[in-house]
Amino acid sequence: MSAGNIAVEPSVEAVPPRPSGPGWRRYATGTLFLLPAFIVLGIWIVYPTVYTVIRSFFGLNGFTRFVGIDNYRTLFTTPTLTTAIKNNLIWVAVVPGTVTAIGLVFAVLTERVRWAVAFKTAVFLPMAISAFATGVTWRIMYIQDPNLGAVNALGRAIVQVVKQPGALSDATPSTPNVTGSSSTGMTLQTPLHPGGVAAIGLTAIPPDQIPSGAKQAVLPKPVPGHISGVVWRDFKPGGGVPGKVEAGEVGLPGVTVQLRNSQNHVVKTAAADANGVFDFGVITPGTYKAGISAATFAKPWAGFPWLGTKLITPALIIAYMWIWAGFAMVVIASGLSALPRDVLEAARTDGATEWQVFKRVTVPLLAPTLSVVFITMIINVLKVFDLVISLAPGSSQNAASVIALAMWRTSFGGINDFGTGSAIAVFLFVLVVPVLLLNVRRFKREA
Amino acid sequence: MRKRWVRRVAVGLAVVPLAALAFSAGTGSGATRTAAAGCSASGSISFDGVWTGAEASAFGAVIKAFNKVCPKVKVGYKPVGDNLPTVLSTAVAGGNPPDMADIAQPGLVKQFVDKGALKPITYARSVLIANFSPSWIALGTFNKKIYGLVFKASNKSTVWYNVAAFKNAGVKPPATWPALTKAASTIKASGVPPYSIGGADGWTLTDLFENIYLRQAGSAKYAQLTAHKIKWTDSSVTAALNTMAQVIGDSANMAGGTSGAVQTDFPTSVNNVWETPPKAAIVIEGDFVPGVATVKLSPGTGYGEFPFPSINNSPASVEIGGDTIVAFRDNPAIESFVKFLGTPAAAAAWAAKGGFATGNKNMPSSVYPDATTRATAVAIAKAKNVVFDMSDQQPASFGATVGQGEWGLFQDFLRNPKNVSSIQSQLESAATAAYKTGK
Repeated sequence: MSAGNIAVEPSVEAVPPRPSGPGWRRYATGTLFLLPAFIVLGIWIVYPTVYTVIRSFFGLNGFTRFVGIDNYRTLFTTPTLTTAIKNNLIWVAVVPGTVTAIGLVFAVLTERVRWAVAFKTAVFLPMAISAFATGVTWRIMYIQDPNLGAVNALGRAIVQVVKQPGALSDATPSTPNVTGSSSTGMTLQTPLHPGGVAAIGLTAIPPDQIPSGAKQAVLPKPVPGHISGVVWRDFKPGGGVPGKVEAGEVGLPGVTVQLRNSQNHVVKTAAADANGVFDFGVITPGTYKAGISAATFAKPWAGFPWLGTKLITPALIIAYMWIWAGFAMVVIASGLSALPRDVLEAARTDGATEWQVFKRVTVPLLAPTLSVVFITMIINVLKVFDLVISLAPGSSQNAASVIALAMWRTSFGGINDFGTGSAIAVFLFVLVVPVLLLNVRRFKREA
Repeated sequence: MRKRWVRRVAVGLAVVPLAALAFSAGTGSGATRTAAAGCSASGSISFDGVWTGAEASAFGAVIKAFNKVCPKVKVGYKPVGDNLPTVLSTAVAGGNPPDMADIAQPGLVKQFVDKGALKPITYARSVLIANFSPSWIALGTFNKKIYGLVFKASNKSTVWYNVAAFKNAGVKPPATWPALTKAASTIKASGVPPYSIGGADGWTLTDLFENIYLRQAGSAKYAQLTAHKIKWTDSSVTAALNTMAQVIGDSANMAGGTSGAVQTDFPTSVNNVWETPPKAAIVIEGDFVPGVATVKLSPGTGYGEFPFPSINNSPASVEIGGDTIVAFRDNPAIESFVKFLGTPAAAAAWAAKGGFATGNKNMPSSVYPDATTRATAVAIAKAKNVVFDMSDQQPASFGATVGQGEWGLFQDFLRNPKNVSSIQSQLESAATAAYKTGK
C-alpha cells in the first residue's frame, strides 16, 4: 500500500521531466507492476510445487510420518508405475517426431492443392474438440465387434473382399461323434458304408442364421447302395435329445455335404434339401465318412482388440496424433509462408528437383519452426492424461497408464496415497524441466 | 469408487406429493410423530451427496417432505456424484466438511469414523429401532456406536434375462445354481451366448464372486473374508472361484467371447441382453440394471428378473449396496433431519419415485411404483441373510480401485479362468498390503 503511494507520487510532482527516477523508485515501480503476477504464481505455482515436493517425503496420513525417499522407491518398483514410465517413454519416442513429420507433409502439400482451406480446416478440427470427448468417441470407434466399432467395421469390409463368412458361422457339433471346428470343418466320425444313413447334428445356430425355407428335419430311410443322411439344427426349445432328429428341429437346406473315402479324399458332394436330407447316390463299396467343409463355418472377421491390453497404447497414440496433427500443420504452414520465396526460386532455377528443394532448402530453413512443434509436443506428451483416462477401459488402464494418469490414480483413484502421488508429480516435473529450459533458452535467443 | 446407475422411472411422478402428504399427515408410526412433535429446530444444513440427476430430484422430494414437518430447517443438497469420496476426503483433510453427506462405501465411513471426523447419531436410536431390523442398524454401527443410516439400498442379488431368448431356448428362470448352468448350456445350444459379462468394469466381477461366495460359504465366512480374518487362499474361496469359472470359463458362454467380455463395460453388457435379437440372454447385476439400458424393452414381456439362484440349498440371501447418511456436525437442525430420514415418510417420499429400496419395515410395499421394483425391494426385507457389498467395505485400494486389487485381479481371472490358485495368492498379497495401510 505504502509502496503504491510512493510510486505514484513522482508522476504528480515531477517538474523536471526525467526519464527515470532514482534506483529504488525504479525498483518500486517494477515491483508494483510485477506484484499481481508474483501473487498469482506464488499461490498457484510456487506454493503447490514446494508443498508437493515436501509432501512426497511423507507417508499416507498427512505430515505425520517422514519416510525419506520411500515414495520414490515405490515409484520405481511398483509394476503399474514402471509400466506408466515405460509407456511415457514410448509416447515421447514416437509421438513428437511423427506428429512433426505429418504436420510438415500436410503443410507442404496443402500449399499446392486446391481446397487447401477445406483440407486444413478438416485436419485442424480435432483441436476444437476436448481431449476427453475425443477419447470417448475413439473408444466407441475402437470397439472390437465390427458391428459396433467403426475402425474394425472398415477392417471387416476390406477382409470380406477376400474372404466371405460361412452361412453357419456359429454352429458347433451337437454330439461327440461329430468332430471339428469352424476352421477345420465338421466330420461325422461314424464310418459309413453303402446303404448307410448319416445324421450330422449341429447346434448353437442362432434363430436368425437358420436358412430360409428350412422345414422339419427328417431322418431318411436307408436306400440300398446309396449313402444318404440328414444335416439339421439339433435343437428345439428345452434342448431336446442331442443326436436324435425330433419334432420341432429343422433341416439346414443348402448345406453342402462331402463324402470322403478312407484316404480322406472328397469323392462326392450333395446339397441338403429343405428337410436337411441329402443323398450321394450309388456308391462303390468301401468305408466312407461324411463331413462339411470349413467354408460353411468360416467365422466373420472378429476385429482387432484395439482396447485390449496389447494394442491399447498404439490405439491411444493414433487418436492422439489425430488431435495434434492439425496443430503441427498450422504452425509449420505459417512458418512456411514466412520463408523467403526467392531462395526456393533460386534453388529451382539452379535445377534442383522438388525433393532436393524440400530436403536441402525448405526443411533447414524451417528448422526453428519444426523445433517449436517438436518441443511443444514433447511437453504435451509427457503430460498426457485426459485422452488415456477417457479412452482406455478399466480393464486396460494398467496397460495404458502414463505418468500423469498414474499420479492421478495413486492420489485420487481409490488408493488416496498422496505421498506416492506427490513423488510421481515431482518425477514428472523433473522430466519436463529440461525441455522447458530448452524452450526458454530458445525464446531468449530469438528475442 | 463404485459407479452408480440411476434408474429412470418416470412412473409415479405425479403420485409423489400425494404420497408424501399422506404420510406426513399422520398415517405414520409413532416414530413419525416423535420427529414431528420434536421439531422446533431451525437453521440450514449443507449436504453433499452421490445422488445426481433423477436421484437428486427424488431426494429433493424427501427434503420437501421433511420441510412439511420442520419448515424452519433449510437443507442445501449438493449433487457431487461419483467423485464424492475424493471431494469428502479432501474436505475432511482441509477441516471444512459439509454438515452431512451420503456415502456409498462403508469402508470410507469407517475411515472417517477412525479419523474422528464423524459425529455419532445415537440421538436417532429410538427412531431407527422402531423402523429397522437390528441387521440394518448394524450396517451403520462402527466401534459400537451408530454413525450412519443406510437410507437407500439396492438389491445386488438379481439376475436379468431376455424373455425371447429364454422362450426360444425353452428354459424357465432357474432357482438353483445347477438349474442355471443347465439353462445356460441349453441357451448356448439355441445359438445365443447365455451370459453378458461387463468385464471392463471390475466391480461387476467382484459382485458375481460375492454373490456366489455368500451362498456357497455362508454369511459367517462372508463376514470373515470381508474383514480379512480368513485368507484369500482359503479353500472356500477356491470353491467359489471354481463355481464362478462355470460361468466365465467357457469363451462361448459369453457375448463377444473372453476378449469381448474383458472390453465390455457395464452399460453395454446390459444392452447386449436388451437388444433384438439379443447378443446374450442373461446379465447378472443389481436392481439398477433396467435403468441403464438405453434400448427400450418392456418389463415382463421383454425382459424379466429372478433372484440370484441358491447354491447347495442356501437360504434366501441378498447382497445389498447402499448409501449411508452420515453427519460431520451436530446441532438441532441436523438431528431433526437425521431423525426424519429414519421414518417411513422419508422412505416413501423417494420410494414412490422408483429406483429406491429401503430396509424400513414400516413403509408399506404398495408405495413402490411397479411390480419389478416391489419384488426386488421386498426381497431385501424378506431375506434371511442380508450382507453389504464386500468390496465396498474393504480398503479402497483393494476393493474399489480401477485396475488394482480385486477389480484388476478378477479381470485377470476373467482372461484366464484356469488360473485359480495363482489368482488366490495374488488376491491374498494385495489384501495383505491394503489392510496393513488401511487404505
